[in-house]
Amino acid sequence: MSSTAAGWLQAALLVVALVAVHKPLGDWMARVFTTDPVPEGPKSRLRPVGHWRVERLVHRAVGVDADTEQRWPVYLRSVLAFSLVSVLALYLLQRVQQWLPLDNEMAAVEPGSAWNTAVSFVTNTNWQGYSGESTMGHLVQMAGLAVQNFVSAGVGIAVAVALVRGFARSGTDRLGNFWVDLTRALTRVLLPLAVVATVVLVLGGVVQNLSSGTDANTLVGATQFLPGGPVASQEAIKELGTNGGGFYNANSAHPFEGPSAWVSLFQVFLLLVIPFSLPRTFGRMVGDRRQGLAIVGVMAGLATASLALTSWAQARAGGAALQLAGAATEGQEVRFGGPLSALFGTATTLTSTGAVNSMHDSYTPTGGMLVLANMMLGEVAPGGVGSGLYGMLVLAVVAVFVAGLMVGRTPEYLGKKLGRREMTLASLYVLVTPVLVLTGTAVAVATDTGLGSLLNSGSHGLSEVLYAFTSASNNNGSAFAGLSANTPFYNTALGLAMAFGRFLPIVLVVALAGRLATQGKAPVTAGTLPTHQPLFVGLLGAVVLVVVGLTYFPALALGPLAEALA
Amino acid sequence: MTAALDRRPVSPAPTEPRPRAAIEWGPALAGAVRKLDPRGQVRQPVVFVVWVGSVFSTVLAITDPSVFGWLIAGWLWLTVLFANAAEAVAEGRGKAQADTLRRARQTTVAYLLDGTEVPAADLRPGMRVVVVAGQVVPGDGDVVEGIASVDESAITGESAPVIRESGGDRSAVTGGTTVLSDRIVVEITSKPGETFVDRMIALVEGASRQRTPNEIALNILLSSLTIVFLIVVITLQPLAVYSGAEQSLTTLIALVVCLIPTTIGALLSAIGIAGMDRLVQRNVLAMSGRAVEAAGDVNTLLLDKTGTITLGNRQASEFVAVGGCSDDEVADAAQLASLADETPEGRSIVVLAKERYGLRGRDDLPGAEFVPFTAQTRMSGVDLPDGRQLRKGAAGAVLAWVRAQDGPVPPEVGDVVDSISAAGGTPLLLAVAHGGSARVLGVIHLKDVVKAGMAERFAELRRMGIRTVMITGDNERTARAIAAEAGIDDVLAEATPEDKLALIQREQSGGRLVAMTGDGTNDAPALAQADVGVAMNTGTTAAKEAGNMVDLDSDPTKLIEIVEIGKQLLITRGSLTTFSIANDLAKYFAILPAMFAGVFPGLDALNVMRLSSPESAILSAVVFNALIIVALVPLALRGVTYRPASASAMLRRNLLLYGVGGVVLPFVGIKLIDLLVSLIPGIA
Repeated sequence: MSSTAAGWLQAALLVVALVAVHKPLGDWMARVFTTDPVPEGPKSRLRPVGHWRVERLVHRAVGVDADTEQRWPVYLRSVLAFSLVSVLALYLLQRVQQWLPLDNEMAAVEPGSAWNTAVSFVTNTNWQGYSGESTMGHLVQMAGLAVQNFVSAGVGIAVAVALVRGFARSGTDRLGNFWVDLTRALTRVLLPLAVVATVVLVLGGVVQNLSSGTDANTLVGATQFLPGGPVASQEAIKELGTNGGGFYNANSAHPFEGPSAWVSLFQVFLLLVIPFSLPRTFGRMVGDRRQGLAIVGVMAGLATASLALTSWAQARAGGAALQLAGAATEGQEVRFGGPLSALFGTATTLTSTGAVNSMHDSYTPTGGMLVLANMMLGEVAPGGVGSGLYGMLVLAVVAVFVAGLMVGRTPEYLGKKLGRREMTLASLYVLVTPVLVLTGTAVAVATDTGLGSLLNSGSHGLSEVLYAFTSASNNNGSAFAGLSANTPFYNTALGLAMAFGRFLPIVLVVALAGRLATQGKAPVTAGTLPTHQPLFVGLLGAVVLVVVGLTYFPALALGPLAEALA
Repeated sequence: MTAALDRRPVSPAPTEPRPRAAIEWGPALAGAVRKLDPRGQVRQPVVFVVWVGSVFSTVLAITDPSVFGWLIAGWLWLTVLFANAAEAVAEGRGKAQADTLRRARQTTVAYLLDGTEVPAADLRPGMRVVVVAGQVVPGDGDVVEGIASVDESAITGESAPVIRESGGDRSAVTGGTTVLSDRIVVEITSKPGETFVDRMIALVEGASRQRTPNEIALNILLSSLTIVFLIVVITLQPLAVYSGAEQSLTTLIALVVCLIPTTIGALLSAIGIAGMDRLVQRNVLAMSGRAVEAAGDVNTLLLDKTGTITLGNRQASEFVAVGGCSDDEVADAAQLASLADETPEGRSIVVLAKERYGLRGRDDLPGAEFVPFTAQTRMSGVDLPDGRQLRKGAAGAVLAWVRAQDGPVPPEVGDVVDSISAAGGTPLLLAVAHGGSARVLGVIHLKDVVKAGMAERFAELRRMGIRTVMITGDNERTARAIAAEAGIDDVLAEATPEDKLALIQREQSGGRLVAMTGDGTNDAPALAQADVGVAMNTGTTAAKEAGNMVDLDSDPTKLIEIVEIGKQLLITRGSLTTFSIANDLAKYFAILPAMFAGVFPGLDALNVMRLSSPESAILSAVVFNALIIVALVPLALRGVTYRPASASAMLRRNLLLYGVGGVVLPFVGIKLIDLLVSLIPGIA
């Protein structure tokens, strides 16, 4: 079988698996997050479910009243307080790891890198300025990084659920309880799925032990160090939670993280499954499954287009040698073929995962530009766990605002009027990431400290910096490589980009949710803009592309585009 | 309520918008220059950014003169001027109407009850003034004594005089109107400077214009886009420096101006003013722009049956004989009973008898005595010289009259009456008494005649997602029958003002927006509660105060047009926003290769328009950006073409026209401008 045919087969398999799983998983999450004593939406037939015993224990331990719902400022304060505590705890853990057990004789992580890593994992970015196997002990990996892999994903789900409730509810100032949402996201969604995924990964050959590594004698007589570690368990949540922080520096390209093509494909499935299921949850909770289908339609459309373009760009790489090989091979996962690299690369940048099984720096310029553009979309197709859904819903608000006017009514989405306050919040949301990415890149290339880390000059160098800030601000975490980012400047700047890129949008989203929940619901008539039809799906897709295209076009022109057209 | 409605013209002619003069650019440009004051300019953030850019580029052109620099600076100033002119043109259109109104206001004296003369400016609410034939009413008020015919043409443009009388729903007079006959005493209800006319002047001139909620929301989105593009261009310079392609400040300013949504930013307030103006052209005054926007959102229309859905009066449509009488006998009796009846119903009976049964009109009956309708007898008729007494009237009253004289009631009478009622008609019983015995002759079927074309309009409204509710004093069954015939969705029968208010509140609690018309004082609470309350100009002061629009023609059918104007306003706003943003694509393809192809020759591939030189490309984009504002002013003032259709059909059409059109048009436009611009020495 040619590698292209294999690529299509893999993509098809992936689609089948996602279609099969998104319904039960989406429905399950809708049930899990229905907490209001009154049904979430008028047409929603969901009834609230009670707490599990283990959850009651957690609530008691944390000291929260799980049966009181919060107003939006309280919900937001809870999200921010929890995240702040997480950053501090993770920072501390890295700084004192040498005195703790399971340190694998690693020294304390130096402050700049520790700050960067703490922010990186709490914001679900998992940008890694360090090399995992030579920096982090097993305790930090398990109690610090892996825990954050879970809870940062849980925070994303909670915020998305709060926004969905804003649309579903009417005439209330209550958005639910953050602590309940977070606990349930962990106990009923992420942990069970992670356990299953870990078992599958171990069966597939991913290592899972607490060894510090062994020296092995190779066939040619040399000695090779084989690092060990609890890889599979962390690998599962790394993908499921769209985190992407690899156990090893080489991430999923490391044979112990990605031992076979099947495991690689399974990892792609894992990182897509929750983001693609959440729109179903959204549809169920607002009482109109077609609305969820429309959102998932936009996500799937953009993802498919991106994958097709990237595969094409990689396959038509210039040069006789490369054409003979079938596609560009540099930096690719040559064990499994180019198409799987393209698939993994597309999926990991479209979700906010950032795990890699190939080196994006070595993609063809066009291929590199596409994975970069994937992140620039704002991580909405399908985006990170939770963040993808809320990002897409905010863009839907913007799309509905303009399109709604064109049908002769003041705009409304899901029966909620989009007035001054709603548009202020949505407009600011759209503003955040471009400002972070572009100012960050501009500052980096305008200063000597910023330029000092570049391995390449010219357009490619610019692409590397642009990629780093895009990845950080959008909480993706993948790296283009070629940039030595473990410097005080980049650790600080990218850390700030990650923190603002995560929490400013969350502030705006929770405020928007609070605003929407207080509104009543306007009835749907023939004069209402239909937001479940293919026309709207196309429109929303176009808005996503236009918002990105228009904002990043000049930067892309000087970076990858200049390189591609050279 | 119904009585008041009956006095309206039977079939109001659909209002034709008043003809409009062509756009007067001269005064508009003068106004545009006056608007250059930065304090006023800040109100439009998008245009203000262009204003700042113009100042900078002018300074640059002076310090570092070049043909390119001066041309860019000049066209940026033109962009600002065009934006200001768009607003000035829209404002100018209200001027003519305002001037007419001002003339009406020039009454200087008023006469108090004791004959003393006071300046009109000194009138206070509560004072009573006398106005006699030939005098101008000095201020807004209610007639408290007398009846007069009044010429309101100064305000409505309608030359036929109207009757104003004390008490009831026709008591309001407006300052500036002329009393044509008789003498009335008016109690003043408004302070000088706050009269209806004063407010109208302020409204049509746009002086009291406040931004509407949706306009504010759109402005926020546009500001946010402006900030994004400012950041894009500001951060582009370091990237350009890194790439060895540093740009001149003039070029960067040109790029900012081309990218920010100047088209919609420039036209936004003109669109709002023009929307109000379109209402004024149809003789409707909106007290706030908010009401015009709400009109586009209306989900439920409350329509009065009489005058809106049906013609003002019921008409006889058939005679049904009962008890063995012949049809001719019934027709003859009906005609006799109605000869002296001057009500429209009575006349329609005579007409039917003549047209359907061939009975010649009889001018008068010597010796006959006409018995008029009274509220007690609920019958009218005639006593003939031969002793016959003919009576027609409500079924219950006539039956009682017949039974009182021991007359027989044919068994089929009940069925006929019921079937006419069920069909939405009003049955009138016709009976005769002669020589001590009485009998029922037949039943006259009076029918509400639904206005021509209404069923189609209601179907249109339904496609637009608007529910229609008919308000009537009729009973439920009659009301339902008429509603079915006219294609109305729902009815509120035997409606009291309280019922109306309750209905509006019920609709609103379900998140719907309600529009209604009204004229009586008892309509005031409902008018105030409704999201769009259109008061008839013939109505009382209380009704006019309560509503948020006044229809000078007092035509309740106009509610439908008001809704359409509201929708058209919103569609124009959305379409031009889409167009404005879609334009950016072509501008990038013009400017980016011009900026960077020198350093990265490969980027010349983006120069799909094959523009002649970098300077020419940038200048062409700036020129296009300025000219498109001028080109779209007529569209902004007129509003985009609006055809009632479902939301998805409208979206598809407007997306194709203004979205796809917005992408394609600038490619063509910029290329054409480039062909001209490249001829300028120093640019090519």
